[in-house]
Amino acid sequence: MSQVLVITSGKGGVGKTTTTANIGTGLALYKQRKVVMVDADIGLRNLDVVMGLENRIVYDLVDVTHGLCRLKQALIKDKRFENLYLLPAAQTKDKTAVTPEQMEKLCDELRKDFDYVLIDCPAGIEQGFKNAIAGADKAIIVTTPEVSAVRDADRIVGLLEASGFEEPKLLINRIRPDMVKRGDMMSIEDMIDILAIELLGVVPEDEKIVVSTNRGEPAVADETSRAGQAYRNITRRIEGEEVPLMTLQEVEPTFMDKLRMLFGIKTRTAKGEGAKWTF
Amino acid sequence: MDFLKIFGREDISSKDIAKERLRLILVHDRANVSPKFLEMIKSQLINIISDYMEIEEDGMEIKLTRMKKDEDTTVPALVANIPIRRMKHLAKI
Ligand SMILES: Nc1ncnc2c1ncn2[C@@H]1O[C@H](COP(=O)(O)OP(=O)(O)O)[C@@H](O)[C@H]1O
Ligand SMILES: [Mg+2]
Repeated sequence: MSQVLVITSGKGGVGKTTTTANIGTGLALYKQRKVVMVDADIGLRNLDVVMGLENRIVYDLVDVTHGLCRLKQALIKDKRFENLYLLPAAQTKDKTAVTPEQMEKLCDELRKDFDYVLIDCPAGIEQGFKNAIAGADKAIIVTTPEVSAVRDADRIVGLLEASGFEEPKLLINRIRPDMVKRGDMMSIEDMIDILAIELLGVVPEDEKIVVSTNRGEPAVADETSRAGQAYRNITRRIEGEEVPLMTLQEVEPTFMDKLRMLFGIKTRTAKGEGAKWTF
Repeated sequence: MDFLKIFGREDISSKDIAKERLRLILVHDRANVSPKFLEMIKSQLINIISDYMEIEEDGMEIKLTRMKKDEDTTVPALVANIPIRRMKHLAKI
């Protein structure tokens, strides 16, 4: 049974597009699911760039909803990942070029061909947001550990509930274990406590996200990226697997680790804070 | 404002300040109470109370906070501080 998931947040720049690209790629690459990612951020097209597919766009979402091309013509097949497709946003139109009814119809059309339809929502709570959620079954709310982002997330929770969404899930992005540890960043528990919604996963701040975005290759495919690991776990949870949420314990280097360090051999412990985190 | 008191204090972590500010913001957001709305309630309160007592309008404070209902639930609470200058005769009737 196919699912239409909208990735939303209220606040801009918290990681919706990054999340859409990584979950989409994760589901196609590791779960062999047929996935289409829909960029609903009309006028500020982004997902194509994060995916490294910007040179392949011919038609876009608005062309499809206006009947200027067939749906199949606008879908871009990602040649690196079997079963992964992108429906790009229009860059020259604005959010009013599409209506919620058209989006609903589009999602139902896509549902026939795909296991997952992921919708990358624009920032804000106006027309673009209403369009993005119109055809979705479930919602993932992305936030960062900041007062303004969590506030906006709470607003989105309210709006989603008012639109009949049941149990939106929370994804906390850009957490910095070192800052949480010194009491300078809200912890996962703090945010769950305040928002009172279920946690889907936590993604750490990771330079590799920037590197992977530079290259147009999602971090989820990078075995060495911690954010990538977090997105792999999230992918599995979306598939219904029970992946333990987090273990936030610090790991003292063991005797063997110390020995390895002495001989300059790399250890498995996370670099930097001397703490080991799993996401 | 309560959280102002804790600014400047070094022993309170910035995340606790963030948390407390966030809680208060959400109390207003969730109850859909704007400063303008509070101002409206305030002026109506002044109207009613002025029949019975003379009040210090400048010192009047009305705000939305959280109140513990029981062990693990809090509810929004409207708190008004209304300094009284003197009672009016009428009030004794
Ligand atoms: N976990 C992370 N670590 C480091 N940088 C991140 C992380 N998540 C997102 N970013 C960066 O933050 C910026 C905004 O992310 P983006 O996904 O475009 O947000 P949105 O779609 O919500 O506006 C991008 O430059 C992205 O590379
Ligand atoms: Mg975006």
